[in-house]
Amino acid sequence: MNTFDTQLHPNVEIDASLRSRRTTSAFRSKKEKTRYWILLSLFIGLGLIATLGLLLYNNPVPVDSPSFIPVVKRRLVAIVAMFIAALCHSFSTVAFQSVTSNRIITPSLLGYESLYSFIQTSTLFFFGAGALVGFTGTGAFFFQVSLMVFMSLILYGWLLSGKYGNLHLMLLVGIIIGSGLNSASGFMRRMLAPSEFDLLQSRLIGSVNNADAEYFPIVIPLVLLTVLCLYFFSRKLNVLSLGKDVATSFGVKYQASIIYTLVLIAVLMSISTSLIGPLTFFGFLVAMLSYQAAPTYDHRYVFPMAFAIGFSILTSAYFLLYHVFHAQTVVSVIIELFGGLIFLIVILRKRSL
Amino acid sequence: MPRNVTVEVENDSRPLFSKQKKLWTFPFILAILCVVTLGIVSLFTGVYDIWGQEDGWDMFFITRVPRTIALMLTGAAMAMTGLIMHLITQNKMVEPTTIGTTEWAGLGLLTVYLLIPGPSLVMRMTGAIVFSFAGTMIFFFFLRRVRLRSSLIVPIIGLMLGAVISAFSTFMTLFFNMSQTIEGWFIGSFAAVQVGRYEYLWMIIIVTFIIFMYANRLTLAGLGEDIAKTLGVNYNHLILLANALIAVAVGIVAAVIGNIPFLGLIVPNIISMIRGDDLRSNLPWVCLMGMGTITLCDIISRTIIMPFEVPVSLILGTVGAVVFIFILLRQRKSRRLR
Repeated sequence: MNTFDTQLHPNVEIDASLRSRRTTSAFRSKKEKTRYWILLSLFIGLGLIATLGLLLYNNPVPVDSPSFIPVVKRRLVAIVAMFIAALCHSFSTVAFQSVTSNRIITPSLLGYESLYSFIQTSTLFFFGAGALVGFTGTGAFFFQVSLMVFMSLILYGWLLSGKYGNLHLMLLVGIIIGSGLNSASGFMRRMLAPSEFDLLQSRLIGSVNNADAEYFPIVIPLVLLTVLCLYFFSRKLNVLSLGKDVATSFGVKYQASIIYTLVLIAVLMSISTSLIGPLTFFGFLVAMLSYQAAPTYDHRYVFPMAFAIGFSILTSAYFLLYHVFHAQTVVSVIIELFGGLIFLIVILRKRSL
Repeated sequence: MPRNVTVEVENDSRPLFSKQKKLWTFPFILAILCVVTLGIVSLFTGVYDIWGQEDGWDMFFITRVPRTIALMLTGAAMAMTGLIMHLITQNKMVEPTTIGTTEWAGLGLLTVYLLIPGPSLVMRMTGAIVFSFAGTMIFFFFLRRVRLRSSLIVPIIGLMLGAVISAFSTFMTLFFNMSQTIEGWFIGSFAAVQVGRYEYLWMIIIVTFIIFMYANRLTLAGLGEDIAKTLGVNYNHLILLANALIAVAVGIVAAVIGNIPFLGLIVPNIISMIRGDDLRSNLPWVCLMGMGTITLCDIISRTIIMPFEVPVSLILGTVGAVVFIFILLRQRKSRRLR
């Protein structure tokens, strides 16, 4: 079998200077702490610059014109959508990877976008076009998000609790339910009239550019609240990431904490999916980079870094592709592709899973 | 080990006291009858009136017969590839859909479309075969290097790998403006099968024959590298051969029919739940059940919204997902006890 040393994480290599003084700080040395803060402010700066660029660059009307503010307002919608997307994906992926003790899976695997398109398609299929047109506004949005959270709650509660609870099994069942729902909604879509299909198609393609500003007043507080809940759960997450046995012996209620975290993740993912559509590898990319940039296992430091990285990636990718490469339609595809490539490289270099 | 010794060992090592020694048992004949009945039903399902119209019987031989043959061959091929994958990876959750082989085949088709304008079927097929071979080999290479904490992690990684490949395909289609060409592919359907468009599926017979010849050695390979080597099997050759067979079967089906999800997963699992894990005696069963399942699904897909039809992959995807979850949950008790 493999030698034992491969089990050790490269970051955990013990060097002499650290052994002499033990601290309870989240960082191993002052140097790393400074590095963390520098990187964090760099990423925040990058995000802010790209935001300003997106808002102001190439604005067709001059600053003193009265239509300047409306143009900026129009662009601000996309920025807010990116902000929400970055917040949702960074927090949920980091938390998800900690509770699953696995750094290569993302919550997008659990089939939220399949569930989303299934809800939309079956509304149209069973209740007709009138119902789908009427199925808008904050009430419908709320209903959809709560349905998605409810479904994931059933999944978690059923597969994670009890004698045979198993996280990997839950994940796999989630993925398979996702692909089954995809097939089922594809099946229903085949039976729709072309005009109905058009209506549905416009609803299913989500991006930050057609995010509906009408939802922001309820979405933003909800997302902020959920994110804060996760952030204040950081210390528990630190323990949970050590695995079931260790966490239990440290006195954490393992199952309850895991289900609590997963529900928060479900809320974030559902909101993000129904607002801006699916992004599979974005969360993975963000989490990957933030573990590199934040040399610590403390979630109180990893979360902000992940968010800063996520936001700066989204804004700068949009800025570059809009104003430098003029490739507007493929932004999310390129982010996904890049995330996917990193994923490939990471799993091919892994020695154990 | 000289060849005649291998043959001798193979002859002596049949499961002597097993009920499964005899192939032509009553249930097996019953299963054959079922599949034949389904085939006949499939022949006579359709909108065109073959009895009333003058050219009815011409149409019968132009579309109905090829379609039924294509169904049988595809069902057998996908079910067998699933079975072989289960054996050589020692993991019951692995099949072309769950490790990304299908997505690789799609990428191969796309690459051929990009390099050659208006490619012939042979070119598309070659592209699909080459890419699915490469993709399967990459996954095996990865599996052999990595220590796994749980056997369930394999399909999770495989599905993510498939998502990466299909993200790449999406990027290429958007970039080169070809989404229409490839859109139809990802949904497997037998609607377009007719004389002149399905004949390459006959190559699956050759693949089946080779699999039957190597059945015992593949069972040995299923015991793991160390044991297989001790028993005198050239493990690396065998893995290469198995992967090539899988790639050929998946590539042909991908180019001619399209994406057929989950068949390779549910059929061998159900058979092995009932009959255990001897490849040689299970193979005929797996072939038969694969044929039966896909024919049944195709008949449903043709009748459910007559006179139109639904792609069979959507029905298989929905039903297959339900069966897969059932299998997973059934296994979770025994996994825990071990």
